Amino acid sequence: MSLELYDTGKRPVWCPGCGNYGILLALRKALAELKLSPEEVVIVTGIGCHGRISDYMRTNAFHTIHGRVLPLATGIKLANPKLTVIGHAGDGDAYAIGLGHLPHAARRNVDMTYIVHNNMVFGLTTGQVTPTTPRGVKTRSTPFGNPEQPLNPVLLALASGATFVARGFSGDVEHLKEVIKAGILHKGFAFIDVLQPCVTFFNTYQVIRERVFKLEEAGHDPSDLESAMKMAMLSDGRIPIGVFYRTQAPTLEEAFSHAMNPPPAARVPSPVDLSRALRRFR
Amino acid sequence: MLVAGPAGAGVFATSLIIGKTLLRHGHYVFVTNEYPSLIRGGHQWALVRSSPDEYIYSHRRIIDIIIALDRSSAFAYVGRLSERGIVICDEADCAPAQDPRVKPLPLRRILKELGAPPVALNTLASGVVFGILGASREIVGSVIRDQFAAREDLARLNVSLAEKGYELGVGLNTGAFPSLEILGNGEERLLIDGNSAVALGALAGGMSFFVAYPMTPASPILHFLAEIQRDYNIVVFQPESEIAAINMAIGAAYAGARSMVATSGGGFSLMVEALGQAAMTETPLVVVEVQRPGPSTGLPTHTAQGDLRFVIHASQGEFPRAVLAPGDPYEAYLLGFKAMEVAWAFQIPVILLSDKFLGESYWTVQQLPQMTPSAGSVVRGEVGGGYARYRITEDGVSPMALPGTRGALVYANTSEHDEYGQGSIDPSVVKAMQEKRFRKLPKLRAIAETEGVKTYGEGDRAVVTWGSTKMPVLEAVKNVSSVKVVQVLWLEPFPVDRLRGELRGRPFIVVENNMTGQLVSLIREKLLVEPEGFLGKYDGRQFEAEEIEDFLRKKGWV
Repeated sequence: MSLELYDTGKRPVWCPGCGNYGILLALRKALAELKLSPEEVVIVTGIGCHGRISDYMRTNAFHTIHGRVLPLATGIKLANPKLTVIGHAGDGDAYAIGLGHLPHAARRNVDMTYIVHNNMVFGLTTGQVTPTTPRGVKTRSTPFGNPEQPLNPVLLALASGATFVARGFSGDVEHLKEVIKAGILHKGFAFIDVLQPCVTFFNTYQVIRERVFKLEEAGHDPSDLESAMKMAMLSDGRIPIGVFYRTQAPTLEEAFSHAMNPPPAARVPSPVDLSRALRRFR
Repeated sequence: MLVAGPAGAGVFATSLIIGKTLLRHGHYVFVTNEYPSLIRGGHQWALVRSSPDEYIYSHRRIIDIIIALDRSSAFAYVGRLSERGIVICDEADCAPAQDPRVKPLPLRRILKELGAPPVALNTLASGVVFGILGASREIVGSVIRDQFAAREDLARLNVSLAEKGYELGVGLNTGAFPSLEILGNGEERLLIDGNSAVALGALAGGMSFFVAYPMTPASPILHFLAEIQRDYNIVVFQPESEIAAINMAIGAAYAGARSMVATSGGGFSLMVEALGQAAMTETPLVVVEVQRPGPSTGLPTHTAQGDLRFVIHASQGEFPRAVLAPGDPYEAYLLGFKAMEVAWAFQIPVILLSDKFLGESYWTVQQLPQMTPSAGSVVRGEVGGGYARYRITEDGVSPMALPGTRGALVYANTSEHDEYGQGSIDPSVVKAMQEKRFRKLPKLRAIAETEGVKTYGEGDRAVVTWGSTKMPVLEAVKNVSSVKVVQVLWLEPFPVDRLRGELRGRPFIVVENNMTGQLVSLIREKLLVEPEGFLGKYDGRQFEAEEIEDFLRKKGWV
C-alpha cells in the first residue's frame, strides 16, 4: 500500500526538523507494510505537539484530552477488538499527567500499541520540564536547572508487566518502522518509547545519534526479562534502541469473551428480556 | 419495623427478608437503611414499612416493631415506639426491661442449643416477627431459601431458625397486629432499589459497556451489573480511577457501544474534565451521579441533594447536556432508559442525578415494562465518500458512523475542529461548530417541557421538589387534598413553561435535601418567581414525613 493512503494532505504545523516527522513517516510506512486499511486503524492522541499527528493520519482517530490516551484507547479496543488501536502520547502526556494509567494498561495487557513521543520537554507550552528531562537542564520552568531525577519509562513499563517493551529513535525511521510493526503485530500491550528531539526547546539530535545502539545487533535476547531490565538501566551513556522485552499473556479482551459475539460496538439496540435479572427482586 | 445492630450482624439482610416476605404476601413495601462508613461494628439500622392496601412512599418516625441485635439497639429507639409496639431482643441485651413493650427472649440460648453461629441471631429474631404477624410459613421458608440459594446447608439451618423464632412469636401475638393475609391479586410486584433500577433501565436502553470505580453509594450499580454481565453479554469493568472510567466509556461509545459510568459527587468531580470531552467530541455518554453529602469526602454513606448546580454547570465552556433526576425506582428505570436514548439521539452527555436515599432504599414497583431502544443517530453499513463526523445539520445532530465502517473515517476531536474533525482555530469555523452543538437544544428542550415535570393531586397550593425527596413529600401530603405536589424530573434543560403552567396562580414552597435551595435558585432564575417558603435538610438524612408535615402546619397550609 502506498504511503499517500494514510495522508490527509494537511501540512504538519510542527517546527522544521521536529522529531515528530520521523514518527509520522515510520508509522505510515509500518501501516503500509502491514497492509492495514485506514478503516481498521484507530489512532488515539493526547494533547501536545505529538497530538497533531491525528490531523495528518488518514485513519480513524480520536484526539483526546491531556494524559487520557490509554483509558480512551482501552475503551475503544474493549468495545471493538477488531480495530487496530494505536495510542500516541507525548512524554508530558504519558509520564506526567497520564502516568497513573500506564502501569494499569501494561498489567491488564490490552491489545494495543502505545507510542510515546519522548522529547524530554514540554514543547507546545513553550518548553517546560517534564518527567524525562535530565537533571540540571534549564527550561522555562527550571531556570536554575531541573532539580528532579528523570523517570526511566522503559524500566517502568517492564516493572509494570508490559508484554512488549521497546524504544525507538525518530532519527532512524527504518528501524523505528520495524519496532512499530513489531508492536502492532504483538498480541497484547506494546509499549514503545520513542526518542524524538525537540529542535526548538531541547535539541538532543546529536547526543542521541552518537549514543544509540541497536539491541538486536548487540545480541540481546528479548525473552529475558532480567536482561531487559539490565539494558533499561544501562548507565554507561549508551542508549539501547529496539525491543527490550517480549512475552505472551492473556489480553484484557479475552477476559470478556462472553461479550464479544458480537462485540459491544457492533450491537444494534434491541429490546432486552430482563426477567432473569428481575428474579432477585421478587 | 426497625432492625438495628452492629455492622456485620445482618441488619440489611434481615430487613430484606422481612420486606420480601411482606411483598410476597401482596403488601406494598418500603425498606431504607442507614449505616456508618465501616465494615464491622458501629451501629446501623434498616427500616421496613408495609401496608396491604396503601402505597408506602417513605419512612416515618413511629415504629411498631424493633428487632434489636445488640444491647444499644434495644434501648436506642424505644422513644419512637408506638403504643402497640414491641421490641424483640435477646434477654442479655434488654433485661431487666422496665417497659412492658420490651420482650427479652432467650434467643442466644436457642442458637447455642441448635448449634447455630451467633451471626444467625437475625434470622431467629425475624422468625419472631413473622410469628407475631402470623405470616405464611411457606412464604417465610421460600424467602429464606432464596436468600441462601447458594448454600443449601445454610438455607436449611436458617429456615429451621426462622421456624423456631416463629413459635416464640406466636406466643407474643396479643392481637395488636392483624394477622397477615396473602393478598393474591396476581400482580408480580418487585421490591427494588434505585441503583438496580437505574442499571436495568440503561440495560433496557441497550447499554453494553459499563465502567466504574467503586464509590459509595453508587457501588451497588457496579456490583449488580458485574454479577449479571454474563447473562446479558455486556462488558463490566473496574479501572484504576474515575478518570479512567469515564475515558474508557467515551472510547467505547466512540467505537459504538452504549456505555455508562456511575459514581458519586467526589468521583464525578474527577470525571468533569472528560465530561467536556464527551460534549466537544459529541460522544454519547450516560453518567449516573448518586449524591452523598459533600464537600470533599463528606458523609460517605449518607444522603443529600447538594450536587444539582454542580452537575448542571460541570466542566468549562458551554455545551448542551441533559440532567435527569428520578424520584423512585420506577422512574429510575424509565430515566435510565431515557438517558441512554437521549444520549444516543442527540450525541450529548446525559447525567442521571440520583442520591443515596433513592439508590439504596427499596420500594414496591409493578413490573418494569420491556422497552424498545431506537437506533439513535448512528449510521451503520457502508457510508458514502467524504464522511464528516461533525457535518453541520439543521438539528445539529450529525450522522455518527463507527470506526471500522467501510468508506468512512471517523475523526473525533476534543479540540475545536471543522466538520471533518480536523483541528481548527478559524473564527467562522469555531462559531459554526459551537452553534451546531447548540442547535440540538430546541428539540431537547421540547422533551424536557413534555416529560420534565410530574404532578400529584390538584390543590390550590403547591409543594415543588425533585429527586427522591418526592417520596417523603408524597407521604406527608397523602391525606391533604389542598396541596398539589410538583416534581421536576428534567433539571437541564429546565422545563420552564411547563413548570410555570403547573404553578400558575398557586403559592408554592420548595422542599429539597440541601441547605441553599438549589432548585429554588433555578426556579428564581428561570421563572422569575419566589417561593413562599423553602424547607431544606442537610444533616445527611432524607426528610421524615413528619418534618414536612410540621413545616406545612407552621405555614398554615394544613
